[in-house]
Amino acid sequence: MLKQFKADLHIHTCLSPCADIEMSPKAVVKTALERGIDMIAVTDHNSAENVEAVMHAAEGSGLAVLCGMEASTVEEVHILALFEGHEGIIKLQEMVYNKLMPGRNDPEIFGEQVIADEEDDVLGFNDRLLISATGITAKSLVDTVHALGGIAIASHIDREGFGIISQLGFIPDDCLLDALEFSSRISFDKAKELYGNYSNFAWLSSSDAHRLEDIGKRTTVFTMESPTFTELVYALKNMNSRKAVWE
Amino acid sequence: MKLADLAEELSLKVLTYNEGTSREVSGCYISDMLSDVMANSKKGDIWITIQAHTNILAVANLKNLSGIIVVNGREVDDETLKRAGAEKVTILSSSLSAFEVAGKIYKMIM
Repeated sequence: MLKQFKADLHIHTCLSPCADIEMSPKAVVKTALERGIDMIAVTDHNSAENVEAVMHAAEGSGLAVLCGMEASTVEEVHILALFEGHEGIIKLQEMVYNKLMPGRNDPEIFGEQVIADEEDDVLGFNDRLLISATGITAKSLVDTVHALGGIAIASHIDREGFGIISQLGFIPDDCLLDALEFSSRISFDKAKELYGNYSNFAWLSSSDAHRLEDIGKRTTVFTMESPTFTELVYALKNMNSRKAVWE
Repeated sequence: MKLADLAEELSLKVLTYNEGTSREVSGCYISDMLSDVMANSKKGDIWITIQAHTNILAVANLKNLSGIIVVNGREVDDETLKRAGAEKVTILSSSLSAFEVAGKIYKMIM
């Protein structure tokens, strides 16, 4: 039976340098549940080291957690990579780490990059320059995500920085994105007016939360059988009466 | 000034569509964000960038730019190089920074 599930598929944790230190695994799960969210995706910049902790923190709570990452391409386009299980994201992380611009994070300038466990204990700090870009092209990133069994969604395409349209002027034909994400700054009607020529793509919107108060600020309602990766893929393709709606 | 003369003066390497070097360079625009180039560059501008994605070809044609100089020795995507001839876009390269290339061009055309 098809039901409606509220999803926020773009959430940063304390691992992202620009995210609040309060974005710990337990706090993210608790806040999402309080706001009536059924499904989230953990999408830190160029890393997935807190994904497992959030998944464990959500076990038995009823909140579905997808493995994700917000990867930065060589064109400085942000792309969300979402996976069903841990295997794909770990392989992607390895490739991203290999192609990340060199340099060490300076917490004084960019913020701490905290690796936590499901009890919110600090396991360590990631000292890579996660805020930076990788040497991977947008096309190659999308193709790699697909080869690893995931889906690729262009982040906040309405924003003036790090969106595929701001960086590349328009969406290249060879970039086989599974969906376009709109930020919470734009209404559906405005998006339709400005980006109507991209209606051949699936659309969704999410919070891009960097602070607890932003979780669920924008959500997409998915009509599907269960809050799972496979059902999400159906919904993005409008298959078997599944659908994705935001306003 | 002709693009060919500018290329010679700055020791730029012509990577694609040599025929386009007969075009007139009337100004210059510097940006790596293509949405910005689409919004603010002017016809005849020579465009200085490190953005090497294939979309630079479409933007150069859309805005009738005289050519593209990819600076800092940045490598241009194979696909971009392959398509530039068919799309009649002249791409030049320089190992100098955008600052140095722009400074020289400023002196020449302003």
